[in-house]
Order: sequence, then structure tokens, then C-alpha cells
Amino acid sequence: MIGRGVIGICSLLLMGALSWAALSLPAKPPGLAKASLDRLGESGVAHPVTAVLLNYRGYDTLLEVGVLLLALAGAWSLGRGEQPAENPQSRPLLLSLLRVLLPMLLLAAGHLLWIGAFAPGGAFQGGALLGGALVLLILGGLARRALKRERCLRAGLALGVLVFAGIAAVTMALTGGLLQYPPGAGGALILVIETAAMVSIGLALGLLYLGGQPPEGARRSLLATPPDHA
Amino acid sequence: MPDADYRLYLMASAAIFTIGFYSMLTQAHLLRRIMAFNVMGCGVFLLFITLAARAPGPVPDPVPHAMVLTGIVVSVCATGLALALAGRVQTVTGKTELEPGEDAGGRSGAAHHGSSA
Amino acid sequence: MIWRSFDWFLLLAIVGLGWRSLNDRDLFRAVIQFIAFGLLAAVAWVRLRAPDVALAEAAVGSGLTGALLLSALARMRRREQQAVPPRTEASE
Repeated sequence: MIGRGVIGICSLLLMGALSWAALSLPAKPPGLAKASLDRLGESGVAHPVTAVLLNYRGYDTLLEVGVLLLALAGAWSLGRGEQPAENPQSRPLLLSLLRVLLPMLLLAAGHLLWIGAFAPGGAFQGGALLGGALVLLILGGLARRALKRERCLRAGLALGVLVFAGIAAVTMALTGGLLQYPPGAGGALILVIETAAMVSIGLALGLLYLGGQPPEGARRSLLATPPDHA
Repeated sequence: MPDADYRLYLMASAAIFTIGFYSMLTQAHLLRRIMAFNVMGCGVFLLFITLAARAPGPVPDPVPHAMVLTGIVVSVCATGLALALAGRVQTVTGKTELEPGEDAGGRSGAAHHGSSA
Repeated sequence: MIWRSFDWFLLLAIVGLGWRSLNDRDLFRAVIQFIAFGLLAAVAWVRLRAPDVALAEAAVGSGLTGALLLSALARMRRREQQAVPPRTEASE
């Protein structure tokens, strides 16, 4: 109890220090808004956040897609996950809901991907919707056959990083700067990168739901010795 | 939509971060610790977005927005990996809570608590 | 005036939900409160003129993290139940 009290007091002091530090920052910082808006015309997209994500700071986004793949590889290496043992026909209400929701989710994901160049949206938001669609499929028991094809899953997961890194290598060869797009080709290259990243992100986020490697996937498990089920 | 009172949001972000921090240190259950980590992350994101909204001009500063977007995706990856790790801890040791003075490997300074696995 | 009170209400709800979700006895309720916390955070992002972040937070930060937590919770409960019955069966 005393330990908890000490931690509580330290937390209150921390909160005071953080508030004081945050409130004492300059009230009207210049920020980078003006700098990012000035060159927006040459960046290939019309939305500043997308330009920052995929042009000015494209390297960070490349690393982030890599982190996504790493997290999934880490989760897969810890053992097999579990699928809900549902017969799809035993839940007619869920099936009817899925029949309506899944096409809408796919449409909305594609819309967000396209509109990301002009308005709030982009690859991450579209990928999040795709991940949600995959989770719904797993819940409805409709993804069993798809989850058995582990090679396809691995290819889809690696697609984002491969396309992004490939384009980075190509731009380095063409213009000498990492992810420095040739003038005029920025918009098209960003769209290609975003599409591949959306597929990868959706697959990774949906597969994290299983909590491990798909249980009926490849014969070879990533774990050296099979986990002992209690 | 008129401008928000940024001081209010800054103090709220400190409060959210501290709540997550305190819970992460005092809760024993692994799942609650993972949730506390997410709450801490949310506090940090609130701080970033508030600082971005204070920039002068028609649009808020897009660089912190991009950083927070990256942060949200990385944080959900970390949560997924942490949940897989917690499941493995439960499979191997049979426990989902960390006893005081013990690490997740099941070793403790005092006598070993019997587990069902 | 209305927006000021809206801000107060929103932030009090966020802080309150954050505290409750981490200190609730029942884990299932705690996860549901965490999902609500994430959704209110998405509203706060919209209030702070960050719609991209609001989209990502509502979909990924709240929805998908909540789904991951619920699935992990279900797996945890199932493993606990698999560990307990052998003893009760032996005693009956």
C-alpha cells in the first residue's frame, strides 16, 4: 500500500511537471505548416498530411510498414493462434450483416485510398478498414480456406515493404536521393506505394486478431518446438 | 468551429498520460498493463495534436499529424505483439498476473508460487 | 460558450473513462470502456481539426485495438477454464 501511495504521489508530481512544461511552450509557434504548404504543388498530392507522410517524410512511412511486418513476424513466432470454431451457417444474423457490411467496407477502403490525395484519407485509413473487414470474416468463420494459403498471406504481407523499398531504390538510382520522386511522377508513384501499403496493412492488422500463426496454415511452424498447450 | 482552449487540452493530455503511467506501474494483470500502455500513448498523441493545432495559418501543422498517424499504427502493432507475448506467458506459466517482486519468467525473490501448468 | 462547455465535457469524459477502464474489476467491461475512450479521443481529434488522425484513431486505435484485446481476453479465459476442470472432475 505504501508503495502504491509513493507511486501515486510521484504520478501527481509528474502530471504537474508535464502540465507546466506543456503550458510554458511558446503560445504561437511557427510550426512547419507554412513550409509544407509552400511546396505542396510539387509534391504530387494536394493534401498536406499525405504529402508529409509519403513525400517529405516518406522514409518514416517506409520504416513504419516494416515495423508492421516485424510485429506480425514476432506474433507468428510465438505459436499458433486460434480461430473461432464457428460454422458459418449457425449465425444467420451475422451472415446477413456481413453480406451488407463487407462490400461497403471494401468500397469505403478504396474511396479513402483514392481521396487521400485531395482530402483526409490515405493508405492507413483504407488499410484499417480492410483490416476490420478481415476481422469480420474471421469472426464469421468465412476465412478458413483463405487462411490455409499461408504462402499467399506471406506474399501479401511482404508486398507493402517490397513495393515501397523497390520504389525507394529506383528513385535513388534515378535522382540520387532516397524517395526523391522525379518531377511530375510523384503523384503516380505515391498512388502505387499507397495501394501496396494498404493491402499489406489490412492483412497485417486482420491477422494480428488471430494471436499467432494461422492454425491450419503451412505444415512448418515458425516456432522451433511446438508450444505446450496447458 | 471556434478555436479550442489549448491549455485545457494540454492539461488533459498530461492527466491521461499520468493515469496510464500510474496504472502501468500498479496493476498486476498483463492485459491491464497493455491497456495502460495504450492510454499513455493516447495522452502523448493528444499533446502532439494540440501543439499542431496552435500553429498560425489556415491549416494545422501537418507534421505532428503524420507523426501521430505513424504512432497509432505502431502502437497497435506493439499491442498485438504484446498480447501474443502475454498469451505465451500464460501458456508456459499458467498465470496472467505478475506477482509483486516477480518478472514474467516466473522467477521471484521469494519461494516459487505453485502454478497449474 | 457552448464550445467551451463541450470541450470541458469531452475532456472530463475522456479522463474519467480512461481512469475507469484501467481500474474496473471486470476485464470485459474495462475493454469496452477502453473502446469508448478511443472513440471519444477520435471526437477530440476532430475538435482539434485533425480529421485524418480521427479516422485512424476510430478505426485502428479504438476499434481494432479493442478487437485485439477482446480476442486475447477470450483466449485467456478459455485457457484458464481448460486448466481448472481436471481438478474439479477429479474431486467429483
